[in-house]
Amino acid sequence: MVDISLLIGGRAGDGINSAGLLVAHLLSRIGYRLYMYFDYPSLIKGGHNFAVIRASPGEMGALRGGVDFVLALNQDTLDLHPDLLREGTIVICDSSRVRSPAICIPVPEILREENAPAVMGNSCIIGAFARAAGIRWEILEEVFSRHQKKGLDLNLKVARRGYGMAAEKMVIPERESPPLPIVSGNEAIGLGLIHGGLDAFVAYPMTPTSNLLHFLAEHAGDAGLLVFHPESEIAVMLMALGLGYAGKKTAVGTSGGGFCLMTEGLSLAGMNEVPVVIVLGQRAGPSTGMPTYTAQSDLHFALHAGQGEFPRLVVAPGDASQAFSWSSLALRLAWRYQVPAIILCDKTLCEGFYSVSLPADSVPSVEEPPPGTPGPGYRRYLLTDDGVSPLLFPGSPGSVVKVNSYLHDEAGITTESAELATLMTEKRMRKGETLAKAAGNLPGVEVSGVPGATETVVCWGSVTSACREAGSRLGLRVVQPIVLSPFPLDRFLGAIEGSEKIVIVEENAYGQLGMLLARFGIRADAAVHRYDGRPFSVDDLERRLKEVLA
Amino acid sequence: MTERELITPAQNTWCPGCGNFVIQFALRDAIQSAVREGLDPDRIVLVTGIGCHAKMADYLNINSFYSIHGRTIPVATAIRMADPDLFVICCAGDGDAYAEGLDHLVFGAKRNSDITVIVHNNRVYGLTTGQYTPTSPAGFRGRSTPSGTREEPFNPLAIMLASGATFVARGCTRKKKDLERMIGEALRHRGFAFIDVLQVCASYFNVSGVYDRFVYTLEGHDERDFEAACRKAREWDYSSEGPIATGTFFRAERPTLEERLGIPRVTGRDTQEIIAKILEERR
Repeated sequence: MVDISLLIGGRAGDGINSAGLLVAHLLSRIGYRLYMYFDYPSLIKGGHNFAVIRASPGEMGALRGGVDFVLALNQDTLDLHPDLLREGTIVICDSSRVRSPAICIPVPEILREENAPAVMGNSCIIGAFARAAGIRWEILEEVFSRHQKKGLDLNLKVARRGYGMAAEKMVIPERESPPLPIVSGNEAIGLGLIHGGLDAFVAYPMTPTSNLLHFLAEHAGDAGLLVFHPESEIAVMLMALGLGYAGKKTAVGTSGGGFCLMTEGLSLAGMNEVPVVIVLGQRAGPSTGMPTYTAQSDLHFALHAGQGEFPRLVVAPGDASQAFSWSSLALRLAWRYQVPAIILCDKTLCEGFYSVSLPADSVPSVEEPPPGTPGPGYRRYLLTDDGVSPLLFPGSPGSVVKVNSYLHDEAGITTESAELATLMTEKRMRKGETLAKAAGNLPGVEVSGVPGATETVVCWGSVTSACREAGSRLGLRVVQPIVLSPFPLDRFLGAIEGSEKIVIVEENAYGQLGMLLARFGIRADAAVHRYDGRPFSVDDLERRLKEVLA
Repeated sequence: MTERELITPAQNTWCPGCGNFVIQFALRDAIQSAVREGLDPDRIVLVTGIGCHAKMADYLNINSFYSIHGRTIPVATAIRMADPDLFVICCAGDGDAYAEGLDHLVFGAKRNSDITVIVHNNRVYGLTTGQYTPTSPAGFRGRSTPSGTREEPFNPLAIMLASGATFVARGCTRKKKDLERMIGEALRHRGFAFIDVLQVCASYFNVSGVYDRFVYTLEGHDERDFEAACRKAREWDYSSEGPIATGTFFRAERPTLEERLGIPRVTGRDTQEIIAKILEERR
């Protein structure tokens, strides 16, 4: 089975991310599924950026251990990745910046001769790569004309020069498989939210979800969205609640630091029952930590943030396809049950690129919230059997719609009565139970790897992709709870049934999923943790799993 | 249609002599006038923060969002953005608008969001039993500053003028009729309307005597003249004794946030088609 990995590296500002995406589209066009990981430090120009692209016949969402090709736009690309380079790795480089016995392309000379700007140097290298990989020129032309529209003719000229200077080294065979779209996790979340009926998105920029803000802002016009970037995450969250109160299905995006500022608004949403969705992209903390690197260390923060007790939905999709479905579901569940919903993702998922099909009809349906009857008798917090009150928005004829951060009566007027405190607390609890039942009916626990195996890997979020592959290779069952609150205990117990040994894999130091499972009396036999800001590759994970299972 | 009763049956818990009563009735009467002129009461939304002022949400029988401390303006801005048919009024305290939520106040003015902000400025924290606020006079002795504050108050009118508010006024609870008229004008103003209402706190900062002595109504002032507004705003420093002007200091027409955003009124989007189109571009 052909399974190709490629490293492309250069300085920040060299356009490594877009060059990597072009390579990904080339390989997608010849019939492969793609995954791309982009690694960059927290700076704008200089430094060392790199992307690793993997192409394989089946969908995947993790890297292997080494690479077959290196496209080096700087010396660091060769010097800083001894773990990825191996005997036989084909190196293609800009000879003005890199000393190597490899395929050397005199990029500045070519650019000068073609009168092309420096940024087109990448096209030159990509051209050389296409030739080295035996990719037909027509395919490169086609991919450039779809994905490199700016300065197309000149880019093609420059690429042609690179193509002409390289020789075929390792032919990647063409497959009979039409290309799939390649989207980032952030884009998949945005598309999922649109699928769920999103009306508005509010965010303050913060890695790794800034690109979700950019994506939705770019498509606001076509998609009929209101996209707004206010003064702080505090304002973000309160604006989202104002929009929700007025009937707009609203989501916000942030990372841990911004979510800290949102917690007072989160607790408000718990009390005033205005639905809101929070896209929480984890990164390496505490505090500023490593802003552009990954982590799974905010699970308990997401589960417990906010004063007081209130029901919430927390879902942690593992790849772009799950991100699409569960973002749509999170928005619709938040509205149906009038609760805050958190889409817990991370840098690896948000900024990784995946081949996806995202069939719109693959998302289970969720009904709309019960509509209120307009008129003077309307009560926003009507006590009901399932804890969910009929919903009306301000402007409804003859109705007064009152929401309140204080303990309130059915009409939304403040009270401190012991009796109402009990009734309203129990109303919110019943609503939580209703939500738990609904979430429990959804496919909130995924089983993959070798489903019948008695050795089981339990994981959550983006590390699932690496677990699936390592599990298949090592003969392990892989169980991924996607819904983390309300925890789908029955479904989870069913998924791990017959396991004789359980290993929990997560990218944090304290074992947060392990702690959550321990609450339900589920104890793991071993744990594999990683907390250096880098995602597990399949090879790394296999090694670590073998150690703990030996 | 019979006229709606604008006061709820909720039990009122303000102290006897509280300035909030005056603001409540001035606001009610201003709303009632607006309703007589054709405003649909179902389209009014009141947003309050936390503090004595905020009980207004319980006492007025209109749509309301009883928010949290300092967070009236982002909520109000968003409600106004969500539905251009709504009239949004914020009642905020001085702790709310000037301390915990000052950034939102400045940004609300900067954006010229089409909302009305009424600050119940009693220059003390009442509900937490008497601590200084950003507009307490220098040397104010409160329970957190028993030997007196060691900082000057700031001037909210000057801040609002500097931030781009298009309607800047000051009222006083000792002059209910003027206040009612001012609120009516603020409601009619297209853009960010700000009223700093000097209000007595009967329990912790009762300066009725000072206001009765020094408060006067602006006359012959050109409210279109920004420089004159700045000069007038600086006449009183919120600390020393001296003339305290009330009335509209500044008024201007500027496009509102909502107009500039050109918020789409969307009906019947085909989300499947939007998604398919975006995916196709990424194939």
